[in-house]
Amino acid sequence: MDVELLEVRQHMGRFPPFDTISDDLLDELAGRVEVAYFKAGSEILALDQELHELCYIRSGAVEVYRRNGELYNRLGEGDIFGHFSLLRNHRVRFPARAMEDALIYFIPEAVFHHLCEADEHFADFVELERPRMETAVEQQKKNNDMMITRVRKLLTRYPVMVEASTTVQQAAQQLSDFQASAVLVLGEPGDKPRYTFRDSEERAWQVRGILTDSDFRKRVVAEGLPPDTPVGEVVSDRLIAIQSDESVHEAMLCMLRNNIHHLPVMHRRRPVGIVHLSDIIRYETHSSLYLVSNIFNQSSAEGLAKLAPDVKAAFVRMVHDGADSNMVGSALSTIGRSFTRRLLELAEEELGPPPVPYCFMALGSMARNEQAIVTDQDNALVLDDEFDPERHDAYFLALAKRVSDGLDACGYPYCSGDIMATNPRWRQPLAVWKDYFRDWINDPTPERLLHSSIFFDLDSVYGENALVEQLQDLIAEQAPKSPLFLAAMARNALNRTPPLGFFRTFVMEKDGKHNNSINLKRRGTAPMVDLIRVHALACGSRAQNSFSRLDDIDRTQLLAPGVGEKLRYALELLSMARIRHQVIDLEHERAPDNNIEPENVADDERHNLKDAFQVLSNAQKFLKFRYPIPSTADRRRH
Amino acid sequence: MAILRPALRRASPDWPAYLADRAARRRHPLLVDYFTAGCPAAETPIAEVPMVAMDMETTGLDARRHAIVSIGLVPFSLSRIRLAERRYWVVRPSRPLSRESVTYHHITHSEVAAAPDLEAVLPDLLEALAGRLAVVHYRHIERPFLNEAVRARLGEGIRFPMIDTMSLEARIHRQSLWARFRRWLGRPPVSIRLQNSRARYGLPAYQGHHALTDALATAELLQAQIAAHYTPETPVGQLWS
Repeated sequence: MDVELLEVRQHMGRFPPFDTISDDLLDELAGRVEVAYFKAGSEILALDQELHELCYIRSGAVEVYRRNGELYNRLGEGDIFGHFSLLRNHRVRFPARAMEDALIYFIPEAVFHHLCEADEHFADFVELERPRMETAVEQQKKNNDMMITRVRKLLTRYPVMVEASTTVQQAAQQLSDFQASAVLVLGEPGDKPRYTFRDSEERAWQVRGILTDSDFRKRVVAEGLPPDTPVGEVVSDRLIAIQSDESVHEAMLCMLRNNIHHLPVMHRRRPVGIVHLSDIIRYETHSSLYLVSNIFNQSSAEGLAKLAPDVKAAFVRMVHDGADSNMVGSALSTIGRSFTRRLLELAEEELGPPPVPYCFMALGSMARNEQAIVTDQDNALVLDDEFDPERHDAYFLALAKRVSDGLDACGYPYCSGDIMATNPRWRQPLAVWKDYFRDWINDPTPERLLHSSIFFDLDSVYGENALVEQLQDLIAEQAPKSPLFLAAMARNALNRTPPLGFFRTFVMEKDGKHNNSINLKRRGTAPMVDLIRVHALACGSRAQNSFSRLDDIDRTQLLAPGVGEKLRYALELLSMARIRHQVIDLEHERAPDNNIEPENVADDERHNLKDAFQVLSNAQKFLKFRYPIPSTADRRRH
Repeated sequence: MAILRPALRRASPDWPAYLADRAARRRHPLLVDYFTAGCPAAETPIAEVPMVAMDMETTGLDARRHAIVSIGLVPFSLSRIRLAERRYWVVRPSRPLSRESVTYHHITHSEVAAAPDLEAVLPDLLEALAGRLAVVHYRHIERPFLNEAVRARLGEGIRFPMIDTMSLEARIHRQSLWARFRRWLGRPPVSIRLQNSRARYGLPAYQGHHALTDALATAELLQAQIAAHYTPETPVGQLWS
């Protein structure tokens, strides 16, 4: 190559997107740049000026402005600008000014387009339609097997199926013949069209349930039933199944959530196999799995508390295995739920059965299946309306206290806002809970909702699920019809804003101030989750998980096309950055927190985060505009 | 800011007249062409002057005893330095390469042995220089070495106007009121070497002693000097020497 251009070539080769282009392209690029010096304060690109070059900062610093003069970005050594204009109408959209004395390399348009054509990664980097953060997320996914491996891959044969009229002896014989450990019981089509299918002779069947080895022991032999009992009489009506195109990971979580070892796999409505927990273990020896089964094997709260370090170890391993934020979040939530569940089981063993039905409800991140390694407990009790405080509350207070103390011992500290079932306000019968929610929705102010927004992420953990489902129904029905409530929630979702990005070793704030570190939860994931929640409430979504909520939002016209996708990528990047830095903290034996220091952020991550902050910032602006305070409220106020 | 512009008080040579006179008296066609291209009038604003940054690596400092090893040229204007039009030649010195200059310039003996004599590259070199104002850092190398080399090969010497970024830097930092005050305080004078001068304008440090890199570095330095201490309208006559 042209040895004399080493200065130019080596510098550009260190910075994205030039760091990955081929040597030949880099030589071509270095040989054709034009150079110019700009004194601090001088204009580099004027608004609407014609532009036919990509700009690269060789040294110094540059500020980029919006049309209205607001600071848009601050760039340093190795950053590029002008590519938006090059890809569009060749007019400068974002004027640029040297903030420090700057040496700029100008890359002619022809070279720029050649690079775009010759190098896909370069094109991805500069094109707004496929911003680099999307590429980064896709890259992350590719690295992860368990997420993309479908559960059908674990199936080795068709399930053993018998008619409901078959005797238990015949069914047991079938299991032995096929060396299987579970059999599906088929009946006449009935109340579950989801599990109704036609066989090869066009006869319609409904899968009624599953009978496993242990069911034969517990429900048949131990009960002393005669061998000619029809299987239809012993099979449970409760059927949990999974679609064959779900991930192995999802199948695992489904088993853990429901504490089952056999999971029928369906292709649409037709059963195509049964997965056993050991199949998954064999496929993917994943430590979170052992941890959860270990949790259910503990016979005391003390035993559970001893597992707390295992949670951190499982978390670190999972991230190293290439899990994405959704996997990490749902695995940690499953672990948290398992602790809660086991504590409740142990408490019930000691205190006796509950006097009235109840549902133990998770709020916030656990309800969203987005739990982090740094988290406190947020929970509540929804009691049956038969609840009589005089007679029953002592029991539920004791129950709540055991769970709360137990969780604290397991590494889930008490909630500083006292949102726990030990607080009598959050230990109430369903009717009272419904009043709470109606009240929040019908008479909202941002101030009142400030501390209540956490209740709009809710899910059952244990007990009578229907109690919590009724609350979810109420919210899904009322919220979309209440513009004032949505406006108040939207207002609160704007309380926390992202920074502009990173600049060298500082966090750049929008007012130009520098900070040494950034709380990635407060300035990134939390405001993102908040704004997704507002849209989800507006479209009546019953989903709790932010990614599932985005799926629901995408089915409406709430967001412009493509915006949902961008939010998804931005949330994934922000979450993963937070998770990765917590892993670094744990590996250095520091207490993990939500802060990241810019000097610990790699070049590409820095660029990606900057993009993610930009997406968040734009989405917040849209939120304000989309959910204005209705005029009636204005009248009421004045 | 008259302090920073002592050039206003300096009598600058009448370069256009000198070149025209030389063009008329040259016999060698290469030199006739070169001098006929002339140079801009002294009052031309610097922003309108086509320039070429030049740097030479030599085997030593004395034009009569040492020889040119390599020449780097980068054409530029006040607004743009055009790397695509860069030129670079390694030439075989008429005098042997000393060991010290090898380590200094990173040009090896074998590279030099394969190189042509300067005479072979003179037509290209003069063509690249013609009609452009040369910019160097420390003209007392480039000017005498080129003069000697051309005289040895074409039978007559060559002289032309140059902007010397080192002498501009000296005017600003060594002859200003502030510089005299520093001297009065007993402070050492600021360094006006290429690398140190560049650092004062926030220009990056380059791996020095490559003719092309140094030519690029010189072009960038002039852009920075004009931006900091002069204006695009400054007449070129105030800058050249």
